[in-house]
Amino acid sequence: MTPLALTDAEAAYGETRVLGPLSLALAPGERIALVGKSGAGKSTLLALMYEQWQQREVALMPQALGLVDTLSVFHNVYMGRLDRHPWWRNLITLMRPRRSDIADIEALLEGLDIADKCWIPCGELSGGQRQRVAAARVLYQRGQVLLADEPVSALDGPQAASVMQALADGYPTAVLAMHDLDLALRYCTRVIGIQAGEIAIDQPSQRLSVHDLQPLY
Amino acid sequence: MSMPLSATVRVTLGLIAVALACLVFGDFEISAHEPWRELGRLFLGLVQPDFSSVDFLGEAILRTVAFAFVGVGLGAAAGLLLALLFQHLWVRTFCAFIRAIHELFWALIFLQSFGLHPITGVLAIAIPYAGIFAKVYAEILDETDPEPARILPRRTGHLSVLLYARISQAWPHLVSYTAYRLECGLRSSAVIGFVGMPTLGFHLAGAFAQGHYATVGALLILFYVLIGTLRLWVRPRLLPLYLLAAPFCLGTGLPIVWSNVSRFFSHDIVPAPLRRGEGLEGLLPWFGDLFVQQALPGIWNTLLLTQMALVVTGVLAMALFPLISRHFTGRLGGTAGHVVLVVMRSTPEYLLAFILLQLWGPSMLPAVVALALHNGAIIGHLVGRRSNEIALRQDAPHGLDRYAYEVAPRVYGPFLALLFYRWEIIMRETAILGILGIATLGFYVDSAIQEIRFDRAMVLILITALLNIGIDILARRLRSYLRLRHTINRQSC
Repeated sequence: MTPLALTDAEAAYGETRVLGPLSLALAPGERIALVGKSGAGKSTLLALMYEQWQQREVALMPQALGLVDTLSVFHNVYMGRLDRHPWWRNLITLMRPRRSDIADIEALLEGLDIADKCWIPCGELSGGQRQRVAAARVLYQRGQVLLADEPVSALDGPQAASVMQALADGYPTAVLAMHDLDLALRYCTRVIGIQAGEIAIDQPSQRLSVHDLQPLY
Repeated sequence: MSMPLSATVRVTLGLIAVALACLVFGDFEISAHEPWRELGRLFLGLVQPDFSSVDFLGEAILRTVAFAFVGVGLGAAAGLLLALLFQHLWVRTFCAFIRAIHELFWALIFLQSFGLHPITGVLAIAIPYAGIFAKVYAEILDETDPEPARILPRRTGHLSVLLYARISQAWPHLVSYTAYRLECGLRSSAVIGFVGMPTLGFHLAGAFAQGHYATVGALLILFYVLIGTLRLWVRPRLLPLYLLAAPFCLGTGLPIVWSNVSRFFSHDIVPAPLRRGEGLEGLLPWFGDLFVQQALPGIWNTLLLTQMALVVTGVLAMALFPLISRHFTGRLGGTAGHVVLVVMRSTPEYLLAFILLQLWGPSMLPAVVALALHNGAIIGHLVGRRSNEIALRQDAPHGLDRYAYEVAPRVYGPFLALLFYRWEIIMRETAILGILGIATLGFYVDSAIQEIRFDRAMVLILITALLNIGIDILARRLRSYLRLRHTINRQSC
């Protein structure tokens, strides 16, 4: 896979520029953590990447998650691979899922500790459970790159760590907006600090400590 | 200094003034010899219904249900397809047009071509319903969250995106709206019996003609039970079964004469001067004549009746809503109030007008009363429900003071919004009541059909449709002028 790049990317709301211009490249096997104050431009940067990298198979996990509340957990996860099947197969799955699909998805849910919710509509889940369903969906999708916005913000310590581990295993190449600096350093290979729409820090995570990132906040 | 009038009050007073002016021109004579004795006999029939002619009652109900299921089913399917194309102006215009024509007019049109074949009744329901379904389905789909569609893998097919990200989100709303339209469909199905389809209306008209009031009572009671128990027998799991069985329960009717069909569409509905080859020169005087002699008086009477019915509907709704409002009634009273409103709104205007016309003779009175009872009960029900969402302070006044100071001012905005929303529906119904002999547009359409002048009937139906569309636009303007941005409950047909 060739590197993914942004060149002189910028974003504006009306007249005011909120981001950039900035350039960065994402090498295969590199996981970038985007850190910075809320409103610094992390989500905007992720949206820009998603637009720029049209040609790649990008898996997206937005902050609002994009779950369909009326569909079951199974179907929400299945939606990660809608593009691999013809429409009639998807239609049948909506009414009568295949056994092999159920087995695959249940195994995934097992790993995220929500297998018991497989047939519950997403609207009935708690915030943390919803976040794990969205994680299961991108894992099931098996794209080339993951773009995730605060993927574990609603999860507590050990659960957040296990979901981060699962995402890291599933997506060697990823960009994740993070607010938990410990997790960011532990599960990402590179950290980019955003301040007022510009790159303030860009370092491999081995060279950084939480203390180094404090000035961003 | 005198108190300035608010915009809402000015509009209300304006509507009332117009209705009073209409009253001067309207005809309200009771021409029947003994109207009250007839009414008494009808009530006696309701109290002592005769269920003995079982086959005949069973058939009336079976056909009514079957036509409703097939018509609404086809309408919903076509409506969903149209809803997916609703961003195109031509689709929106087409849908506005087909729903502006009442199911009875569609029935009259198809009766002249397909005759008494079941397809006439099915199309009469399916076509206008498709137009309504398309509009509401499109609105429901528009309200879904766009996020799920964004996160899907990029190369996902259009249909899969639609199924998983849009329709699945909207599904509960689509289902509840469709279920509600099914109830409307039962009413429409009953009413197309009055023009000859083998549904409830047909049998009701027959029983009336023979003075069998006990049978009339039995038919009406069965109809109320049918609608009242809808939730019990229409189950999602049973629905496919009903939809599969319904087409086989429509009866056979009379065979279609295809030469009639082609003659109707290629010859009969072409304006006479064009048929005779007189071209535009002949067409203009022909149209002018039709417009002045029939369309204008028809429009005039339709407007008169609509405006009066609108105001009486409003008065009735504001008077009736306390029946189901927890701020005015206890548990027992509330239940009784619900039953009264359910019975009133379950009775189609056309059926009510038919009955009252039999009792009082032809004038505008039965029409106004029928329109106001049915529509007043619907709006009263919705306003009452809205009033139940209001939390009053503990020391709020009671009785009339509570009505006038606490509740009525708070529900008046939503009430007006609902009333304007029903304006077009009342007008549609008013036009159609002409078939019963009141000189609204429907009367001239029906007369033209009796005289086998289908070209004139079609022009009059088109004029009616345009009038409906015009009123709809006016109502929307008024709503935005008064800033009535209340979410309209779509469940009102």
